[in-house]
Amino acid sequence: MKSPNERRRFVLRAAAGFAALVTAGCERLSRSEWFPKVLAVGESLSSGAQHLISPRKSMAQEFSEADLSPQFRSNGTSMPNDPGYQALAANAFAGWALQVDGLVANPLKLTLAELRTMPARTQITRHDCVEGWSAIGKWTGVPLHEVLALAKPQPNARFAVFHCADPMEEDGSHKYYESIDMDDAYHPQTMLAYDLNGATLPVANGAPIRLRVERQLGYKMAKYVMRIELVESFAHIAGGKGGYWEDEGYEWYAGI
Amino acid sequence: MTAGSYLYKRHKLAVRVMHWINVLSALLLLMSGLQIFNAHPMLYWGKSSYTGRPPILALTATEDNEGNVTGVARVFGHEFVTTGVLGASANSEGDIVARGFPSWITIPDSSWLAMARRWHLFFAWVFAINGLAYIAYSIATRHLTRDLAPTRREWRSIGQSIKDHLRFRHPKGEAAKDYNVLQKLAYLAIVFIVLPLLVLMGLGMSPWLDALVPNWIDLFGGRQSARTLHFAAAWILVAFVLIHVFEVVVTGLWNNLRSMITGRYRVEAQASHEKPE
Repeated sequence: MKSPNERRRFVLRAAAGFAALVTAGCERLSRSEWFPKVLAVGESLSSGAQHLISPRKSMAQEFSEADLSPQFRSNGTSMPNDPGYQALAANAFAGWALQVDGLVANPLKLTLAELRTMPARTQITRHDCVEGWSAIGKWTGVPLHEVLALAKPQPNARFAVFHCADPMEEDGSHKYYESIDMDDAYHPQTMLAYDLNGATLPVANGAPIRLRVERQLGYKMAKYVMRIELVESFAHIAGGKGGYWEDEGYEWYAGI
Repeated sequence: MTAGSYLYKRHKLAVRVMHWINVLSALLLLMSGLQIFNAHPMLYWGKSSYTGRPPILALTATEDNEGNVTGVARVFGHEFVTTGVLGASANSEGDIVARGFPSWITIPDSSWLAMARRWHLFFAWVFAINGLAYIAYSIATRHLTRDLAPTRREWRSIGQSIKDHLRFRHPKGEAAKDYNVLQKLAYLAIVFIVLPLLVLMGLGMSPWLDALVPNWIDLFGGRQSARTLHFAAAWILVAFVLIHVFEVVVTGLWNNLRSMITGRYRVEAQASHEKPE
């Protein structure tokens, strides 16, 4: 019979070995071709189940002024590394215009002044970052459905793609982009925000406009939006996954 | 082997299968969850992270002029140096870098949030379906009422059972065939309080589900409180597992393990210190 000491050492060593085996095995699975595809079943299940139980126009929680975060956190890009954008910003975006095209009957361009004269909505909502933090801000902007009403999407349009000014690589390439489906595009709280907390949207938070998609995580809410393109499929755009972070492995469905 | 001892069918196949699915998915959820936590290793109480109040827990790292990294855990305003474990620990090259929990306890071992979320949000489904199946099975087969619900006599014997546990005196012989009262209460609390809270607070972090019923998450203090409760419930589960495994070891590791693998548990013939009914 082994001594209790030996037995304890054996159990501890076995536990450490087991932990090493688990992490090494999981590491190999993470880097395999097939296993992440199995894991992706989780995304389909979450998206399917959450859409099944939620009304199409379920409204994200709106808060009171007392809940506002003292300063709305800027995450990711705080000044796009792009000369064209910086020139527009230096001129308070006077020369900027939002381009709306793709599968629309009426392609159009809207200046910031024009957007500001359109019907507006103000909402105090919570911004949930995929990293885990939340911040609450007051957003004023044009509901996206107002812009779509002018552009008149064609019946085969399935997604709105948001092309942005901020490059995600040092060399100025890989500009940020995102996409949402038409249900989200027509949702009453989905908007192109031009004001934050009652003041002009700062560059650090996405000036001149940033998208708000209140039932999804922060990375869906593209900043520095330059162009909205309506498409039937986003497979031909950049990495083909529907967004900069999606191309990096994050879920397209960011409702969870 | 004592004469008169015999093998008794303790755990049904369904319970054994669900137990091991639960072990696997809970372990993977814990490890991938800690990697997700590492993306922002702070916890708050309230509707948002930026309320003007400091976080209630923060795993941070500081670097001095010589490049030495120190891990600091701040809990309710108290600071602890935790280099090597919390706040800062070795990466795959062996350098001490800022990271909430160390790489040996996270999936994946590197700071790869997208992959950690893939693991977590897949095994969350495995865990939840398995858990619901267990509850449905326990009710349908009366496992719940027959084996898990304490009898009136057991409720009265809680004091004695606590004393016995603290002295490591466990029921033997025929009495070991049933769960003891503390065991029953621990299982019931985990199955019907801790795990549902853990799952609900996980779902409460979903912005889509927060929109399902207006403001429901405020019942738990808000989304950031939900994240904190999710984290706390996970560690309560870990504490339960540590005690559970300890009890498995001290009451006969191989006999217990066999009963959860093959279903058969050896009942010793010797007289127990507690007379069977």
